[in-house]
Amino acid sequence: MASYRDLLAQVKTEIDEVDVPRAAEILDGPDKPLVVDVRELDEWTQGRIPGAIHIPRGFLESRIEQAAPDRSQPILLYCAGGARSAFGAKTLGELGYESVTSLAGGYTDWKRSGFATELPRTLDAAKRERYSRHILIPEVGEEGQLKLLDAKILLIGAGGLGSPASLYLAAAGVGRLGIVDDDRVDATNLQRQIAHSTETIGEWKADSARRTIEALNPDVDVVTYKERLTSENVDRILADGWDVIVDGADNFPTRYLVNDASVWHDIPVVHGSIYRFEGQVTVFKPHEGPCYRCLFPQPPPPELAPSCAEGGVLGVLPGIVGSLQANEALKLALQIGESLSGRLLLFDALAAEFSEVKLRRDPDCPVCGEHPTITEYIDYVEFCSGRPTHA
Amino acid sequence: MKTVRIPPALRSETDGKREVHAAGATVRELLDDLMSRFPGLRPQLVDEDEIAPFVNVYVEGEDVRTLDGLETEVHDGSTVILLPAMAGGS
Repeated sequence: MASYRDLLAQVKTEIDEVDVPRAAEILDGPDKPLVVDVRELDEWTQGRIPGAIHIPRGFLESRIEQAAPDRSQPILLYCAGGARSAFGAKTLGELGYESVTSLAGGYTDWKRSGFATELPRTLDAAKRERYSRHILIPEVGEEGQLKLLDAKILLIGAGGLGSPASLYLAAAGVGRLGIVDDDRVDATNLQRQIAHSTETIGEWKADSARRTIEALNPDVDVVTYKERLTSENVDRILADGWDVIVDGADNFPTRYLVNDASVWHDIPVVHGSIYRFEGQVTVFKPHEGPCYRCLFPQPPPPELAPSCAEGGVLGVLPGIVGSLQANEALKLALQIGESLSGRLLLFDALAAEFSEVKLRRDPDCPVCGEHPTITEYIDYVEFCSGRPTHA
Repeated sequence: MKTVRIPPALRSETDGKREVHAAGATVRELLDDLMSRFPGLRPQLVDEDEIAPFVNVYVEGEDVRTLDGLETEVHDGSTVILLPAMAGGS
């Protein structure tokens, strides 16, 4: 029976190894391999080779395809001394990876030889516990969680859609949430707007939502704008540097304003709207996919466009649609999955049915088209009033 | 017969029905049939013999404006979705 030493010696004859000076040359060269640190978490947090990603040896087989989908991608594995990475290299060879090398001497030799190391950004123990169910998902992991903690998402409205969206984004650990809302909580909101409570009736919704979010997750920095989004303040608010806008506005002028501003500021919008038993969700990615004006060039005349205040809405519906918006916003922040850009998802609560229609960019779109005719903010209230705006 | 899905904002014009059947080989014929039976739909769907700019009509998930507009053919068994803009979020 082979001993561990025999086995290691055998494996080393079957794989490619490089020593530290050669590895340093390769990493300085034009064809950088993917550097994978296969040590345990406590070793990784003490320092790493710059640019390395972390996949502990025990997860190497299950996670490598996520990190390196292309089997011809060159990979350099290292551990502390070169044993675990040797076994890892053999396994990756068996998985079909064509160019895998193991760093002989490992991180210990690398550091001793005086080559650069860096301390990886990591989550502290409390965050690792709070976000453990994210970290367990290979597509998110610690790196994804750090992305979320760095993410800045702006919510237009802290009402029906903004309530669930903001709570799930806060729970997920999105580092900064902005809330634009000029309204105060009243009793009619509480049938669905779960960021607020009986106790906060009369408060600004932005303040009420902030309290709920901070109680849920103190990691989140909440920025409130207790004002109605207008042509006058939109540039100032967007200048605060938002990665994604979650649009849960309750009127057409704000929808068109959010659209035009997002196209000019190049910020993706996760759009949701609700009425009675039905909701719509999509993502507008400026210059990549269609915008709101490509979908609806003009708002309906006001008499044909009842609001939830006039027509009512099933309380749980914004919960579903707002959660779908949070889902899209998280995917955008994590840069994973297929976004709803170019697709409008329709949800019918009565039939319990989802359907989908295709959205396409309109080359003649007045804002994002090839020859835009609207290049600055217009009077959005007038535009949506049903009165002709142009002669 | 083709199935036309009626959005909630228009159901007051269709006796509350969320789906209605309509006859016709093109979107135009289908809408004419629909609007003759539910006249209240007309101002919500068409504007001077065109599909109103604030409503979209989808045949098999495609916006008919990207196909042949009102002349887009609708096959038996197809579902047509009428989709007016809605702004509600609160």
